[in-house]
Amino acid sequence: MKRYLYYPGCSLRGTGKAYEESLLAVFKALNIELEELEDWNCCGATAYMAIDEVSSFALAGRNLAIAEKKNLDLLAPCSACFLVLNKTQRYIKEYPKVAETLEHGFKAAGLEYKGTVKVRHPLDVLINDIGMDQIKACIKTPLTGLKVAPYYGCQIVRPYATFDLMYCPVTMDKLLKAVGAEVVDYPLKTRCCGGSQKGTLPEVGLSLIHILLKEARRRGAHILSTICPLCQFNLDAFQDEAAKKYGDISMPVVYFTQLLGLAFGFSAKELGLERNIVAAKRTLAKYAPAAA
Amino acid sequence: MAVKSLIKYEVERDPVFAKWVTGVMGGERIRNCIQCGLCSASCPLSPYMDLTPRRLIHMAREGFKRDVLESFTIWLCTSCYSCTVECPRRIRVTDVMYALKRRAIEDGVYPRRFPIPVLASEFGNMIRRNGRVTESWLVVRVFLKTAIMRLLGMSKLGTKLFLTGRMEILPATIKGHKQLQTMLDAVEAHKKEVAA
Repeated sequence: MKRYLYYPGCSLRGTGKAYEESLLAVFKALNIELEELEDWNCCGATAYMAIDEVSSFALAGRNLAIAEKKNLDLLAPCSACFLVLNKTQRYIKEYPKVAETLEHGFKAAGLEYKGTVKVRHPLDVLINDIGMDQIKACIKTPLTGLKVAPYYGCQIVRPYATFDLMYCPVTMDKLLKAVGAEVVDYPLKTRCCGGSQKGTLPEVGLSLIHILLKEARRRGAHILSTICPLCQFNLDAFQDEAAKKYGDISMPVVYFTQLLGLAFGFSAKELGLERNIVAAKRTLAKYAPAAA
Repeated sequence: MAVKSLIKYEVERDPVFAKWVTGVMGGERIRNCIQCGLCSASCPLSPYMDLTPRRLIHMAREGFKRDVLESFTIWLCTSCYSCTVECPRRIRVTDVMYALKRRAIEDGVYPRRFPIPVLASEFGNMIRRNGRVTESWLVVRVFLKTAIMRLLGMSKLGTKLFLTGRMEILPATIKGHKQLQTMLDAVEAHKKEVAA
C-alpha cells in the first residue's frame, strides 16, 4: 500500500470541497493511504507574494518543515499550493539570502527544514506511482462516449514542469482516456483562467472565463475537466454571468477526480457532484448511470 | 486637451530605481532583455494592460519609476508564469511583477480603493491571525473595504454556494498560530537587520 502525506490547502476545505471528496474516494479505491499534514497552514498562494516574498516562503516552509519529520512524499492537489511549495524549495536552494532569513524564522518557531521533502501532485502519483493497470482494474463503468476538454490551468506546469510537459501536459488526458472517456483537442489547456481577477476586475475575469468555455464548446466537449479549485470555481460559478454578457456557453465543469470516481462506480453524492453550480449530473448520467 | 510628451527624456530616469530592479529576486538578468516581446505575446492579460510586459520590463530597467509603479499592468498580472517560461533570456518576469507590486504598496502609489492590493493585505492579515484562509470571509472583507454595493450583487451566488455546501461560515484556524506569528516576526526582524 502506498502512503502519502496530504496537504489539502484552504480551498479544498471551502469552495473546492468536491475536489477533496472525489480525490479521497478515488485514492481509497486505489488503496492509497493519505495522512493529513498535522496543523498545516495556508501556503500563501499568489496573494502573499505581493505583500512579502520571503515571509510567503516562510508560510510554505512551515508546512515543509512539519512534513519533513514524517519522511513521506507530500501530496498537494491544489495548483497554487503545489506551485508555492515547489517554488519555496527552489528559492531556498537558489538564494542563500532567502535560506538564511528563513533559518531565523524556523529557529524562532522551533522548526527545522533540511530541504528533503518531495512535493507531489495527484496526477503525478496516479500516473507514475500507481500506473494504468491498477487504475483500469478499478473501472466499473467506463465513460464511453463522454467528450471531455482537459483543462490544466497555469500553475501546474508553469514555471516548473516537474512531472508533465510544460507546453502540452498530457497526464490528465491519459487518465481520462484510461477510464474510457474521449479527450478532445483543447489548445487552451494551460491558459490562465484569470485567477482572482473575477473578484477584483470583473470584466477582465469574465472575458477570460468566456474564452475558455467557448473554446471547449467549439471543440465539441460535453464537459470540462479541471485540476484546480480556483479554475473550477471561476468556470463554474460565473458561467451564468459570462453567458449574460457573451451568449450561451453552458458547459459543466468538474474535477478530473470526479470523472475517475464515476468510472470507479462512486455515486454523485460521494464525489461531490451535487456541489456544482452548473449542474453536471444530467450530462454525466447519459454516460455513467451512477451520476444520476 | 493636455499636451503630453510621448517620448521619454533621459532626465526622467531614476537610476537608483533602475539599479534596484536588477537586484530584486528574478530581475537579475533584466538587462539581458532583447525586447523580443514573447512575454507580451504569451500574456493572457496583456490586452488590458496600459504597459505591456515587454514595455514594462524596458521602462523598469531604464528607471522610469513612476510610469512603472503607477501602471495598471502590475495589478493585472495573475502570475500564470507564461512570460517567465517563454523568456529566451531567462528573466523571471512574474517575479519582477511581484517585486513591483510590493514596491508600489510600500511607496503607497497604487490606485486608492483598488481591490487587488486590498485583497492582498486582507489575505495576509487573515493568515497572520488564523493560519488559514476562509474564502467566504476574505471576499466579504475585501468588498466591505472596496465596493460595498457589489457585495449585495453577489448575494445570489452566495446563496448558491451556501446551498451547495461550498461556503464556510466559521473561520478556519490552526493550533500553531502563535508559532506561525513568531516565525513571521523573526523573518521580518532578520530582513530589517540585513537591510540596515
